[in-house]
Amino acid sequence: MGIETTYRDALNQSIEEEMLKNPEVFIMGEDIGRYQGTFKVTRGFVEKFGSRQDQYNYRILDTPITECGFTGIGIGAAMAGLRPIVEFMTMSFSILALDQIINHAAKVHYMTNGEVKCPIVFRGPGGAAKQLSAQHSHSMDGWYAHVPGLKVVAPATTLDAYGMMKSAIADDNPVIFYENPGLYTLKGVIPEDQNFTVPIGKSQILKEGKDISLIGYSRMTQVNLAAAELLAKDGIDAEVVDVRTLLPLDTETIYNSVRKTHRAVVTYEDWRSGGFGAEIAARIQEDCFNDLDAPIGRVGGLNVPMPYARNLELLCIPSEEDVVKAVHKIG
Amino acid sequence: MANKADYKITESAAELEEHLRDMLFIRHFEEKCNRVYREGKAGGYMHVYIGMEALAVGWMKAIRKGYDYVITAYRDHAHALLLGTPPVAVLGEVMGRSCGTAGGKGGSMHIYDPKNGFYGGWGIVGGHVPLGAGLAFAARYRGEDRVCLNFMGDGASNQGVVFETLNMASLWDIPCVFIIENNEFAMGTRLEYHASDKELWKRGLPFDIRSERIDGMDVIQMKRQATEIVEWCRKEQRPAWIEVMTYRYSGHGAADNDRQLYRTKEEEDLAWTRDPIARLKKQMMELGYLTEEKYDAMDEELIEEVEKIYIEADASPHPEPDEVYDNIYSDMKPEMGH
Ligand SMILES: Cc1ncc(C[n+]2csc(CCOP(=O)(O)OP(=O)(O)O)c2C)c(N)n1
Ligand SMILES: [Mg+2]
Repeated sequence: MGIETTYRDALNQSIEEEMLKNPEVFIMGEDIGRYQGTFKVTRGFVEKFGSRQDQYNYRILDTPITECGFTGIGIGAAMAGLRPIVEFMTMSFSILALDQIINHAAKVHYMTNGEVKCPIVFRGPGGAAKQLSAQHSHSMDGWYAHVPGLKVVAPATTLDAYGMMKSAIADDNPVIFYENPGLYTLKGVIPEDQNFTVPIGKSQILKEGKDISLIGYSRMTQVNLAAAELLAKDGIDAEVVDVRTLLPLDTETIYNSVRKTHRAVVTYEDWRSGGFGAEIAARIQEDCFNDLDAPIGRVGGLNVPMPYARNLELLCIPSEEDVVKAVHKIG
Repeated sequence: MANKADYKITESAAELEEHLRDMLFIRHFEEKCNRVYREGKAGGYMHVYIGMEALAVGWMKAIRKGYDYVITAYRDHAHALLLGTPPVAVLGEVMGRSCGTAGGKGGSMHIYDPKNGFYGGWGIVGGHVPLGAGLAFAARYRGEDRVCLNFMGDGASNQGVVFETLNMASLWDIPCVFIIENNEFAMGTRLEYHASDKELWKRGLPFDIRSERIDGMDVIQMKRQATEIVEWCRKEQRPAWIEVMTYRYSGHGAADNDRQLYRTKEEEDLAWTRDPIARLKKQMMELGYLTEEKYDAMDEELIEEVEKIYIEADASPHPEPDEVYDNIYSDMKPEMGH
C-alpha cells in the first residue's frame, strides 16, 4: 500500500514522527516555526509542538539570523545528548557556520577519543533552485564530503528522503542532509510503517543495464534516469547507480556496476572542478582500472558563479542531454 | 572591585588551605608542562595558566562538580585538574601519550573529561562559546538545573559568534555564565589595541544580560562572587556575562619566547605584586593559619607530587598507529587509505 506524497512532505512527516517519538529531538533554524520554513518542510509544526503565541518554543526553535551562533548552540546541545536538527534556509548560508560544522561538530568525537558524541542533523536545500543566482545556489555537498567526521547523505527519491531522514536523526554522528530544491515536489510513495528506515552508507541500483553505469546522487540521479531513457532510444542500455550517501561512500555497489558495464559516467551538480564526482571517478580509476573499456566520463556544473538569467542558469546545471553527450563522448 | 583584603575572612583555615593548595598545585603543574615542552616531550601549541589560578579555583568551587557543565578554550589544564580529571591523564595528553584524556589525539589544547562535566578544550578562538550555550540550553530544555561555566579570553570576546550567542542566550533564557578571563592580552596584542572599549563587562548590557566586572586575583572574593552568580543563574535561569580581571605571567604559549615584544619587565614585576598565591599566603599568615615552614613544606610536597605525575605519564606509550582511524565516527571506521 503506502502513502502517496512528495519529497518535501516525506521529510516533514519523517521529522514529525521522530519528534513525536523522542522528546529529545528538536528542530531549529530561521523561520522554521511560524513561517513554516522557506521551503515549507516544517509546515504545521508550530501548531503540533506548541502554539503561535509562544515567545519561543524549544522544540520548534525559530532562530535569529545567526548561522554560526545557532549552529554552535545546536552542536553544544548535541554534545549534551539532545538530537537537534538544524535547518539552513539554503546550504549557501551554511557557509557562515562552516567553522562550527567543520572545526567543532566534525572534530569533537575524535578529539575526545570517543568520549563525546555529536548526534546532529544539518539539513537544507543545496544546489540551484530557480534563478536564485550566485549567492543562493551552492551545492556544498562536495565541501562537506571532504571532511572526515561528517556523514553526508543526498537522497534522490521521496522514499529515501523519508527513510534516510529517520536514519540521520538516529545517527550518533553529525550528518549533512542535502536536499536539492528541484526535488521537493517529486512524487513518491512512502510506507505506512513508521519504523521504516533507509540505511546511511548504502548505494542502490535504480535501473539495471549492461552497457554503461551512470553514477550520481540527489537530483542528478533523476536526471540520470531520464538520460537512461534517451539512451535506450539509441540502443544503449544504461545502469543507474544512485550513490545516496557520499560519506561513507559505498564503493562496492559502484565498483560492481562498473565491473559489469565496463563504462562509467559520473554526474554531479556541484562545480565540475574538484566536485565530489571527481573523487568517485578517481576511486573507480584506482580500483577498477582493468575493468574499464573507456575513460571515465564526468558531468558537472559549469565552473562559474550561478548566473541569474534563466538561459544562462540552465547552461550551468547539468541536464539529461549533457549526460547523453558525455556517454557518447567516451564511446 | 576589591583590590585589598578590606573584607572579613570567614572561611576556615582548612578551607583556605585547600584554596592555596589548589592554586599552588596548578602553578607547579604548569611549570612542569613548560619544562616538559622545552625538553621536547610536548609539542604544538601549549598554553599555561600561571597567574590566573585564583580565577579557575574560585569558579570551580562555586559549581556542582560533575553536574554543571564547564567549557573553555585551549588554556585548559587548570579547569580539568580542578574538576577532578586525573593529573596523569592531563599531563599524558599534553605529552601525546595513550594515558591522556584523549589517548594522545587531542593534546594540550584539547583536554576533555565529560564525566566530570568538562567539555574541553577548544582551539578556535571564540568558537566554543556557542557550544557552551548549547550545553546549558540542553539543561534548560530538559528542565534540569545545571548551569554552564563558559570561559573565554579577552581576545575571544571580540568574535562575532560570541555576540550572536549572547543574543540567543538572553532571548531563550539559557542558564550560562560567560566568563571573560581578561588577562590583558590576546597573544601579543594588549587589550587597548584590540578592544574599542576596554571595559569588556559592558558587552553583555545591550543583550539585557546581567553584566559585571570582578577581581580574579583574590581567590576568596572570586569564590564568593562566583558562588553568588552561579546560584543566581541557576535560580533565575538567565545568563550572566562576567569580566574577571587577571594576568598571565608566562608567555601566551610555550612558543612565545619573547614577551618583551609586547610588554616590559617593569610591567611584569608590577603584576607580580598581585600574585594570587602570594596574596592568599599573606592573608593566611596574618590570620595565623599558615607559617613559612608550613608553606614551604606544602610547596615541596606539591613539587614532588607533580614529579611523580610526570614519571607516570612519561611511562605511558604513544598511541598505536592503527588507532589513527579510531573514533572519527561512533559506529564505523572510514575505509583505510581513503
Ligand atoms: C579563530 C582563531 N584565530 C586566531 C587564533 C590564534 N590565536 C590563538 S590564541 C589567540 C589569542 C587569544 O587571546 P585571548 O582570547 O585573550 O585568550 P588568552 O590566550 O589570553 O587566554 C590567538 C590570536 C585562533 N586559535 N583561532
Ligand atoms: Mg587574553
